[in-house]
Amino acid sequence: MQLDEFFVTGEPLIYAGMVSIALVTISMLFFLTYYKKWGWLWREWLTTVDHKKIGIMYILSALAMLFRGGVDAMMMRTQLAFPNMNFLNAQHYDEIFTTHGTVMIIFMAMPFLIGLMNFVVPLQIGARDVAFPYLNALSFWSFLFGAMLFNISFVIGGSPDAGWTSYTPLAGAAMSPGPGQNFYLLGLQLSGIGTLATGINFMVTILKMRAPKMRMFQMPIFTWSTLITSFIIVFAFPILTVALALMTLDRIFGAQFFTLTGEGMPMMWANLFWMWGHPEVYIVILPAFGIFSEVISAFARKQLFGYKAMVWAIILIAGLSFLVWVHHFFTMGAGAFVNSVFSISTMLIAVPTGVKIFNWLGTLYKSKINNTVAMMWALAFIPSFVIGGVTGVMLGMASADYQFHNTYFLVAHFHYVLIAGTVFACFSGLVFWYPKMFGHKLNERLGKWSFWFFVIGFHVCFFPQYFVGLDGMPRRVFTIIPEWMPLNIISTVGAFGMGVGFAIFVFAILYSYRYSEREKTGDSWDNGRTLEWATPTPVPFYNFATLPHIDSQDAYVKLKQEGKTTFEEDEVEPIHMPSNTGQPFIMMAFMFVSGFGLVFEWMWMAIGGLLAVLVMMIIRSFDYDEGFHVEVDEIKRTERSARRL
Amino acid sequence: MKNINRLFKKGLALLPLSMVLLLSGCNSELAVLDPKGPVAQTQKDLILYSVYFMLFIVVVVFAAFTYMVVKYRENRPGRKETDYDPHMHGNNKIEVIWTVIPFIIVIALSIPTVDTLFQLEKPPEVEANEEEQEPLVIHATTADWKWFFSYPEENIETVNYLHIPTDRPIEFKLSSADAMTALWIPRLGGQKYNMAGMMNTHYLEADEEGVYKGRNSNFNGEGFTKQTFEVYAESPEEYDQWVSETQDQAPELTQERYDELLAPGLTEEHEFSSTHLAWVNHGNPEGMDYAINRHFEKYGELMHLESHQDAEDFMDEENNDDHESDRDH
Repeated sequence: MQLDEFFVTGEPLIYAGMVSIALVTISMLFFLTYYKKWGWLWREWLTTVDHKKIGIMYILSALAMLFRGGVDAMMMRTQLAFPNMNFLNAQHYDEIFTTHGTVMIIFMAMPFLIGLMNFVVPLQIGARDVAFPYLNALSFWSFLFGAMLFNISFVIGGSPDAGWTSYTPLAGAAMSPGPGQNFYLLGLQLSGIGTLATGINFMVTILKMRAPKMRMFQMPIFTWSTLITSFIIVFAFPILTVALALMTLDRIFGAQFFTLTGEGMPMMWANLFWMWGHPEVYIVILPAFGIFSEVISAFARKQLFGYKAMVWAIILIAGLSFLVWVHHFFTMGAGAFVNSVFSISTMLIAVPTGVKIFNWLGTLYKSKINNTVAMMWALAFIPSFVIGGVTGVMLGMASADYQFHNTYFLVAHFHYVLIAGTVFACFSGLVFWYPKMFGHKLNERLGKWSFWFFVIGFHVCFFPQYFVGLDGMPRRVFTIIPEWMPLNIISTVGAFGMGVGFAIFVFAILYSYRYSEREKTGDSWDNGRTLEWATPTPVPFYNFATLPHIDSQDAYVKLKQEGKTTFEEDEVEPIHMPSNTGQPFIMMAFMFVSGFGLVFEWMWMAIGGLLAVLVMMIIRSFDYDEGFHVEVDEIKRTERSARRL
Repeated sequence: MKNINRLFKKGLALLPLSMVLLLSGCNSELAVLDPKGPVAQTQKDLILYSVYFMLFIVVVVFAAFTYMVVKYRENRPGRKETDYDPHMHGNNKIEVIWTVIPFIIVIALSIPTVDTLFQLEKPPEVEANEEEQEPLVIHATTADWKWFFSYPEENIETVNYLHIPTDRPIEFKLSSADAMTALWIPRLGGQKYNMAGMMNTHYLEADEEGVYKGRNSNFNGEGFTKQTFEVYAESPEEYDQWVSETQDQAPELTQERYDELLAPGLTEEHEFSSTHLAWVNHGNPEGMDYAINRHFEKYGELMHLESHQDAEDFMDEENNDDHESDRDH
């Protein structure tokens, strides 16, 4: 292979990307070396098994991915602003919408939420870590190396260009030759391992490691949504794993599962993809619902309205999410009966979702609303999501969907639910739990600016797209006709508004790091209802010195009333904690090498990498490290200084 | 900031109103809401029927939301003690109500949805004053990135455009020579997929004369955006005349010529006085690998298509390719 086949050549935008990647890498290496931070990086981060640090790494990576996906989005919006724009050609546009979709769903939305789950859930249920800390680190590194494998495609080998749905036969070896589509398959496969493991990990953690006497129906609602999400992950992700493996066999080893030749069944891919893909959208929306519930209840200073109904609504939505996948291709011609069944099951999801919306409104009734940035994101979610929801019901009406399908009406709908739902929740949750993570709040003033730019930009960007869709503009076209121009220009302006909002958000992070006041208490917002706020800030690595007995919802409200803390000095006992280990990082690095080899069909590299992974597994099998105990003295010292006693 | 806050919330309440205005204002312009045939009309009616329900929901939620957010702000002047009840945790009666009402709405939407779903599987019903006509059968076949319309009874075939008579149901037989696509003519009705190795039946009808835009609406690679066609809906007499002209004047479609046209790329409009169905039907399992077997290498080549280019810009290139493929044969 020639070097010019290995690197992507001939595109000025990609050269710019290469230069910026090189500059960032060099400056990072320089920084780490100059300030002698290599040891710190390895000891504190690369080898950590602490759920809090892993959560923070997830979130930072997700923010980086949000930047990448956002740049993709703005390039698309630039190309679509005017007819006959020549900013991107067809091929480049195809690559960009493919990576935008994949990055945003797989490498932004999910990791962001998993990051928040990692940080928050063990604290909410009074656990000292997740059930399998080693596996948790493995999950993170598999996600990160999977994401890196996918992302390098745009400078090395070429990006995938068959859409994030990668429908066969288009995505097969015949019509999409070259490494691009392989990057998609192996990047997703690698990060999928981590997601599946995370699902198992949180299922066990929540079922087995709750604080003494905490019953299921006393768990905070975010923990509930995480538990249900874990179940969806465990049932849905194996389908993706199998589907990706089959397509990999097709493309690299000449199998004929989804091909036009050899009696392949290309349409089977669409079914398999959406049997995973529809539950997947609930994987990214249910935790968001959990976050909004926590934030609204906290800043309304009121107990959640209809807690049990909320829980059952989540469970019902999760169940229905496996029964609606055909609505992604009503137009495939399955017949009136099949479409009727899936139409009705789709619309039924609106019922529990509606119940949740009304319960949030019920929580606001007779409350004391404190308009902080976290609360503003949560409040903005309600009306925005309702627009996305009702248009979703319209799409669910199969016979009308024949006119909406594959158009900007659909694009507007899923951005309305995914941005107003998931992205608002990520911002809301991050702002809310930020002081617990970093020991200081995000600047509220900057936060409000970023909120208004992003939310107004969001509506300006996506509301017109409903109408341009009704005017017959299909999704994924790389250039528009003059009739669609006015609405598209508005949309582009909105997209850049969102970009400004994101930039202010990032600036707020840097600004607050320098100037924000450091937290003195654990209950940063002075309204904490759940156990995470009972811990001191910064949270000690063992989380809880003593575990409280829980006998009600909103455990911390009760603790405060009773004057108890999570540091009852006379009850302190030695705490058993897991040791740090570099194995997950190294194992997944070899996995990356192996995946990279498969992408270019260099079998020596693929097999070599896999052998190394196998060796790492053997090493792990003979690893008798039982962790260590934190002694009572050390706990008391840590707690006294953290609680300023 | 607080003023903006209030302003924003008022604006939110106005959103549904603006939706109504936009919808009614654009009614005549938006393609989907400007039907030129009974299928699109049915779908438009269904869409508008659902929009009323949606607006009702949006208005109810927005009103309740605005009320809560305005009334229960912590620092609202004139707040009373009774405005705060931190221990309220639910109310069975109201929770049942807001579960049942959405459920009823879902039923109200399901009935016409299912009804139209079954209707759309058949040719559109004839109006009282018209006589029933046999549907006109047209095979619509796609190949990267063009459309073949074969009229088996008339024994003619067109590329990238078609003529249809008004007031007669058209029975499209949809299939694809390669990637999955979808036939969509917004003003005549919704879309359906074209897939290789299988055949979909799709009924549409025009009841007004005119030229309508049609396209492939399902992404299938580099030339997707340019995979459009025009539908000439004309009176039965004019249509018959066009058919006989084409039968008399257009060249015959040879298999060799057809195979050239199948190769991935853009092509201009063509017409022929015979159809490719004589030797291959891509809607049958046997026709599934026809194109890929002949042009395997070409599917990987890029056109470097830019927005201002269309079929004409590629004609020279196509001719060169033709010579190469001649040598291959």
